[in-house]
Amino acid sequence: MKRIYAIVLAVLLSAFVLPAHAALKVFATVPEWGALAQEIGGEQVKVYTATNGLQDPHRIDAKPSLIAQARSAQLVVATGAELEVGWLPVVIRESGNARIQPGQPGFFEAARYVTMLEIPAVLDRAHGDVHAGGNPHIQTDPRNLLKIGEALSARMAEIDPANALAYQSGYKVFADKLRSAIARWEKEAAPLRGVPILVQHRAFPYLQNWLGLKEIGSLEPKPGVEASSAYLAEILAQQAVQPAKMVIRPAYQYDTPSLWIAERAKIPAVTLPFTIGGTPEAKDLFSLYEDTLRRLLKAQQG
Amino acid sequence: MRTPRILTLSALALALSLAHPAQAANDADLAQIRDQIKQMKDAYEKRIAALENRLAQAESTASKAETVADKAEASASQAQAAAQQASQRPASANSFNPELSLILVGNYTNLSQDPNQRRLQGFMPSNGELLPEARSFNLGESELVIAGNINHLFRGALVLAIAPDNTLGVEEAYFQTLGLGNGFNLKAGRFYSSVGYLNDIHPHAWDFSNAPLPYQAFFGGQLGMDGVQARWVAPVDTYFEVGVEAARALSFPAADETRNKNGLMSGAVYAHVGGDVNVSNSWRAGLSYFYAEPNGREYDDPLNDTTYSFSGSSQTWIADFVWKWAPNGDASRQNLKLQGEYFNQSEDGTLVYDVNATAMGTQRANFNNRQSGFYAQAVYQFMPRWRIGYRYDQLFSGDPSFGHDPLTSEFPSLKDFNPKRNTLMMDWTPDEFSRFRLQYAQDKTRPEATDNQFWVQYIMSLGAHGAHKY
Repeated sequence: MKRIYAIVLAVLLSAFVLPAHAALKVFATVPEWGALAQEIGGEQVKVYTATNGLQDPHRIDAKPSLIAQARSAQLVVATGAELEVGWLPVVIRESGNARIQPGQPGFFEAARYVTMLEIPAVLDRAHGDVHAGGNPHIQTDPRNLLKIGEALSARMAEIDPANALAYQSGYKVFADKLRSAIARWEKEAAPLRGVPILVQHRAFPYLQNWLGLKEIGSLEPKPGVEASSAYLAEILAQQAVQPAKMVIRPAYQYDTPSLWIAERAKIPAVTLPFTIGGTPEAKDLFSLYEDTLRRLLKAQQG
Repeated sequence: MRTPRILTLSALALALSLAHPAQAANDADLAQIRDQIKQMKDAYEKRIAALENRLAQAESTASKAETVADKAEASASQAQAAAQQASQRPASANSFNPELSLILVGNYTNLSQDPNQRRLQGFMPSNGELLPEARSFNLGESELVIAGNINHLFRGALVLAIAPDNTLGVEEAYFQTLGLGNGFNLKAGRFYSSVGYLNDIHPHAWDFSNAPLPYQAFFGGQLGMDGVQARWVAPVDTYFEVGVEAARALSFPAADETRNKNGLMSGAVYAHVGGDVNVSNSWRAGLSYFYAEPNGREYDDPLNDTTYSFSGSSQTWIADFVWKWAPNGDASRQNLKLQGEYFNQSEDGTLVYDVNATAMGTQRANFNNRQSGFYAQAVYQFMPRWRIGYRYDQLFSGDPSFGHDPLTSEFPSLKDFNPKRNTLMMDWTPDEFSRFRLQYAQDKTRPEATDNQFWVQYIMSLGAHGAHKY
């Protein structure tokens, strides 16, 4: 017993003699927020990203490695709107880290800074895996990154006042670059306006809202509920009356339903990166949208 | 309106004054004229009053309309503000109400042997559930979970279990700290001990329908605590957690429930380590120790209808290990979970019993024994929604010492035997709120019979979307 106490004490003491002036430790739940924090913070931050672009952000295990990382994080950057409800609360509670508890400055939810779409009027699980706060896939519209980035840079400055100026200018440089990119992308994406599409999962309302794509059907009868073959046949029948130009899916979902429809309806199935790392080309926040547009335009031109 | 009335009156007066000089009219005529004038005057006044009334009404309607318009405008701007706020409001389905969820469980079982004859030969009956408890249709425990943040410092949770026999039990009722910081977490109240791996996971989240044999033999199913727990996570990149618990333990091997003393009763210490091997593989391992001093822990031996009472010390060691694999870390399509725990329990003390009161009186034996057991299981999700699993359990009854050579009739249930069980399961999980499971077990927990157990089970969860442990 005595030895155990000695070991515990030794580790405990080592916690207090860690280097005082280290980089701001950021725990990002998904790649896009990790990248955003990195763009703003540059060398001032050390970012840990809990998931990669090919993982379903709804279904993550509260792994020991995540708890260990959350333990020493100074800032958690999450999407919110219940996207991470199945794992993040456990990780945060188990971490024993007071700085990142909900309500503390070290807990940042991106969804609080944008206008949410698809806020359900009725909350009933019979309608599928609905999110009370609205559709949480806010990163598919780059204009949201401007608002979130502004709030995030202010939050980083609050937590790490010594580098406040660096975060401010980091955000400004990023925002200027993003604004001009958005203008360019919007010009390029003009042919996509009004194009009717099918989606495999309702993951793209913000992208549709941005580019003017017209969603005419989802391959999930209800959010998070997989389609039966009868339901897919129904979608296919609808195609004769109201033809969609393409069917799109986020990269983390498996391709069977969208390929099934694509083959029979003779329309292209488009895999969108959805986040950084979703496709090999989507390496950062800029190439994420570039690759998304490239893939959509290619499908639109047939 | 006043002016026309005056005009009318003066016109009448003029007419009268014109008629006056004639003087021809007699008194009767005059009276008639007066009467007519009065009637005219009354009629006019009535009409005027009516008109005034209508005007006043019109005026008030107009002002009302204006107010309504103002109000509409105000409410429109309020709605706009509300809409703006709504998008900034933290997403919470039910504002300040605690999270509520309800777990419904039920099953159909088909058992080749009588469940009332079941026992773990070689082990003191732990008086816990040896599920399945009965044949045919059975309702499981319905669990009501109420949890929420109390304030910025604490979180509270209550788990009520309604047993099929209509009794209500408090499974867990605790508060825990939220922001103690530096990796510390405190919990107090009634909770499942965090020793081992499976112990603090609720049965509805288990991968099989019943507890592994070592849990049944050494903890009476699941070790509950009324007490305090302190845990600490080390500030290193590899997960390392230590915990200590002091409590009135609520199940076997302790007998604290009726104990009458101050200070410490039972206690546990444990450590867990874990991490990722790569993006697809993660693991957790642990070592736990539980100490209890049962005083007068009773059991009835079904083989000789004798009641035994154990007093002494009980020490349990547990080594646990979990490995999870999911291609690219995405468990939604395929995943594999390997899990195993090893238990080692040693008890030292006295056994008081009464084999045949008339012949021998109360007997006393110096008892000590070391027993062990393990289970190992693999659960594989081979396609979305479908999983299959296999579990192997085995117990080792050890070599009990009684301080004397016992008669065959003295401790029949403790006669050495190594119970074994093979379990296969397949489950279908349409989404995270519902699951159907088919399970088959070949149960060899007593020497005289092999029990073939078939289960069909449903697990439904309503309400708040609880986050699950690793």
